[in-house]
Amino acid sequence: MTLQPETKTHPTIKPKTKKRLSKDRWLAFLFILPSIILIAIFVYGFIAWTGYVSLSNWNSLVPDLSFVGLKNYLFLFHDFRFQADLRNTLFFTILFILCVLILGLFLAVLLDRKIRGESVFRNIFLFPMALSFIVTGVVWQWILNPSTGVNLLLQKLGLKPMWYTSVTVIPGVEWGKIQFGIPVAIIAVVIAAVWQMTGFSLAMYLAGLRAIPEELREAARIDGANEFQVFTKVIFPQLMPITVSVIIIMAHISLKIFDLIYAMTGPGANFVTDVPGVYMYETTFRGNFYGNGAAIAIIMLLFVAIFIVPYLISSRKGGES
Amino acid sequence: MTAKAFTRPLMYLILALLSILFLIPVYVVIVTSLKPLDEVTLAKMWALPTHIDFSSYAEAFSKLAPNFWNSVYLVIPATILSAFLGSLNGYVLSKWRFKGADWIFTAVLFGMFIPYQSILIPLIRFLSDIGLYNTIPGLILVHVVYGIPITTLMFRNFYASIPMEMIESAQIDGAGIFKIYRHIMIPLSLLGLVVVGIWQFTNIWNEFLFAVTITTTDQHPIMVALQNLSGSQIVQWNVQMAGAIIAALPTLLVYIFLGKFFVRGMLAGSVKG
Repeated sequence: MTLQPETKTHPTIKPKTKKRLSKDRWLAFLFILPSIILIAIFVYGFIAWTGYVSLSNWNSLVPDLSFVGLKNYLFLFHDFRFQADLRNTLFFTILFILCVLILGLFLAVLLDRKIRGESVFRNIFLFPMALSFIVTGVVWQWILNPSTGVNLLLQKLGLKPMWYTSVTVIPGVEWGKIQFGIPVAIIAVVIAAVWQMTGFSLAMYLAGLRAIPEELREAARIDGANEFQVFTKVIFPQLMPITVSVIIIMAHISLKIFDLIYAMTGPGANFVTDVPGVYMYETTFRGNFYGNGAAIAIIMLLFVAIFIVPYLISSRKGGES
Repeated sequence: MTAKAFTRPLMYLILALLSILFLIPVYVVIVTSLKPLDEVTLAKMWALPTHIDFSSYAEAFSKLAPNFWNSVYLVIPATILSAFLGSLNGYVLSKWRFKGADWIFTAVLFGMFIPYQSILIPLIRFLSDIGLYNTIPGLILVHVVYGIPITTLMFRNFYASIPMEMIESAQIDGAGIFKIYRHIMIPLSLLGLVVVGIWQFTNIWNEFLFAVTITTTDQHPIMVALQNLSGSQIVQWNVQMAGAIIAALPTLLVYIFLGKFFVRGMLAGSVKG
């Protein structure tokens, strides 16, 4: 948070106004009290409740909250499907973030060069951000259907991509109960997700590029740097905080992704496109395994917290300095 | 400057190619949605329709219309209420800061990043206990509550740009917390309201997880109904694509006419802004 509100009070306030001011301070607190209570209950209280369910024996339609310790967690870590989910989430997250960062930065650098029709181009890359993951999933499910035009074209080159119907995992070394590696099917989902989210990193980088003063580039050029060096030595380091923000925002989207995959591929054969979000939904609300579902949810929360908590604390401190 | 004479056309070429790649889905969706079913084959996927056929829109709309209206009844009150709460919180957290306000704000912000799966089981129990499970008001409540972090963040950053001197001179004139909010903050909030409103409208319209778990058939918002279109045995891709367009239209129109504010909201939501 770059802009910080000031707290100093005016020195020449009359006593009567002072009294009203202290009353107003109480009122101010009362104003936001409902929101604080709502967040305390709906976020923190419910997380604690979910944590409790995850340690309980509630794995049928009838609630059974007897304590069973880490049983549900142990089940998951020995579960073929959950192991596949962890693998898929890992590679989906890496591929998705890399593509969004590189493509977004590349487009931002191009669009920053006083391009004619810049706003048209920008809107073409940005409009998918306004769509629902469900719409994106439905649409890309049709485009990447394994015998469509994209593939007719690729077949002429001797390729026959199966897209999201592939069950291949590359390289596919044995690990636990699963084959470890990049599931080919997840690439189809990455394409759809990158199509939708690149606009975000483009907008962030473009705002960042525009905030870098032209003098900085000029100074580097005068010192004899060529355009490539200006970018790598001057511009890119300036964009570092933005890169960190984009990585964290994209990582938390990726770690909790549900709707895109649910609409586009579902769990897939051998769970090649399954993710914790889909597993949690199906096992809890279709299978009534509430204990297992709650455990998945808590694991998802921990993954997200690893990225988000340091980020929030550091932006709070950064804002105060 | 021969290098420059060469690189600029190259830049336009790259941008044009990438634009075409990004627009491929738009082309395919529109073309497919305008075809009669017998032309919707994988082999003819890229071909234009032989004649324009709007029947898939009629069919998609007849299936989606009730859910479309559910979404409208959901999104309007939810957007207004969450913008109001965010404005109130942002006002206090930027102009009436108290001890510990920063920690409370950080704790509230965490709520916008959590995977909602981690609160879903208790939430559904709670909603059925208060009789709001499977109702649009229940979904409104959920979106208002979980919208508090983002709307508070946006308004707090927005109000930070209103100078403290304005508040102080109003206080010297005897204005209290309500009067300042009513006569200074609200009139200056228009831009903030538009940004927050558009952001919440888009998010709530597009949301799926709460929609699919908190409501059932009759009460489903549009995105769940769109997803269910493909659940039937034979997938009618032309109807499916027409449905996708109908479901996406409100947020697309908002983007087309008010895209500038949408992007501002997007940047404001990244915390550091």
